[in-house]
Amino acid sequence: MATTEPTGVIDTETSTKRGDAVFAGLARSAGILIMVALAGVGIFLLVEGAPAISASGEQAYGKDNIVLFVWPLLYGTLLAALIAMIIATPLAVGVALVISHYAPRRVARSLGYLIDLLAAVPSVVYGLWGRAVLAPAILPVYQWLSETLGWLPFFEGPATTGRTILTASIVLAVMALPIITAICREVFAQTPRMHEEAALALGATRWEMIRMTVFPYARSGVISAVMLGLGRALGETMAVAMVLSVSGLVTINLVSGQNPSTIAANIALNFGNASGTKINVLIFSGLVLFVVSFAVNFLGRWIASRGQVKA
Amino acid sequence: MAKSIDVSDLNIYYGDFLAVEGVNMTIKARSVTAFIGPSGCGKSTFLRSLNRMHEVIPGARVEGKVVVDGQSLYDPTIDPVAVRRQIGMVFQRPNPFPTMSIYDNVLAGNRLNSKRMRKSEADAIVEKSLQGANLWNEVKDRLDKPGMGLSGGQQQRLCIARAIAVEPQVLLMDEPCSALDPISTSAIEDLIHELKSSYTIVIVTHNMQQAARVSDDTGFFNLRAAGKPGQLVEFNPTKKMFTNPDNESTEAYISGRFG
Repeated sequence: MATTEPTGVIDTETSTKRGDAVFAGLARSAGILIMVALAGVGIFLLVEGAPAISASGEQAYGKDNIVLFVWPLLYGTLLAALIAMIIATPLAVGVALVISHYAPRRVARSLGYLIDLLAAVPSVVYGLWGRAVLAPAILPVYQWLSETLGWLPFFEGPATTGRTILTASIVLAVMALPIITAICREVFAQTPRMHEEAALALGATRWEMIRMTVFPYARSGVISAVMLGLGRALGETMAVAMVLSVSGLVTINLVSGQNPSTIAANIALNFGNASGTKINVLIFSGLVLFVVSFAVNFLGRWIASRGQVKA
Repeated sequence: MAKSIDVSDLNIYYGDFLAVEGVNMTIKARSVTAFIGPSGCGKSTFLRSLNRMHEVIPGARVEGKVVVDGQSLYDPTIDPVAVRRQIGMVFQRPNPFPTMSIYDNVLAGNRLNSKRMRKSEADAIVEKSLQGANLWNEVKDRLDKPGMGLSGGQQQRLCIARAIAVEPQVLLMDEPCSALDPISTSAIEDLIHELKSSYTIVIVTHNMQQAARVSDDTGFFNLRAAGKPGQLVEFNPTKKMFTNPDNESTEAYISGRFG
């Protein structure tokens, strides 16, 4: 295209070309930087965690080997995050629906801001609130649960403290709520108007319309929202560290004082006093958390891309 | 099954904005009534007010009366959901539910009425509705395939099948052919001819030949002036409308001299 045209044209062409090159370079280096950072973290965890594989006894915090040390922590991490999602998902979907389909526009907008504000609260504040307010307040509930539903293994008790894994999960649920709600709200609002009208014109009530058009359309979006929330809950450190009363037991008893800790909280509580191989042991547990979070996010992406509905 | 519609002194508002003013007309049962007029003159809005679909937009309301077979649609005791179950609608762009099969799309309305159907009963409704929409022969071997896999014209006929599956009293069509090619359009027009023996059909169209071909009565809508509300200028049998209209602006519009 560039035959010898008047000089003005050629000038602008070369300057746009330079702009393109600069921008492409910037974008490429930003992308490479992310890869380098991720690889750096992975290599650090691998190298520093490797010596922990042979750790035992005193070095592994009194456990016979590294697996026995990491397993209760991994279990606690997964359990707390899972319960948090069970609590947060219906709540987030409900709030998102109110914002996108039920509330009048003005109410919906302020409700949206409020939910977003939840995300701005520092996690240490959630930890303080969970320990000082929620835990004492919820203890009578746990006592009631262990008395009336004690035959269920989850509520076996004895309920002696409010600082249980269930309390930690509730705090995590509140923390994960904003991100799940925000994404759900976006996908719900993107439901094509013509499909909603098709349902309404058939005589669907608002709830029936939502079940027929909004949920099928938004399903993969909701799943990836939950996965992102799960990622947040898995990695949360301060709130869990402050709330949970830990014994390191693997149990499904949710309301007793004997709780498994989580990987992140355990690192935060013990790293300051750790030395020698203990540091490697803690870093190894970090590697496990890294792999789990990575897998969860990957799974979320995969489900989202697989379930995309052609509109 | 088919019912007539009486509209008297109907004003339609969006918030404070008066969109359509002072409509009076009687839509006959078992006939096709077409609305024509320039864009933005309120004919779609009026059509949607006949099954209260315009209320989907916040702030929309009406004054005046719409009476179907002696029952006022805007009576405070009437639920708009119940109105829409009696008065079906087909939209400008085909809108089958993307996650449902052809079979489930046809039954979507019946399932809302939420009585338990036996499989044989459901099969019968699907076959009857698809046959009614002239689609049965084309899709009978792939009823479990998604409705979105059909061509545009087939999708629109699927939407018509979905609307007639619940056996409504009235069928409203909002420019049902404007997104279709001429062959599909002609298929839909043939279908409208057949459907009129059992349904009251109201159709909005931008295509004057189409109005002349399919309808028994025609209403011409126009804006009173720019920025003023739309109104019904003339309502007459289609034959008269296209040969000897009462109103000068109708003749001007039909003969293509404006709008």
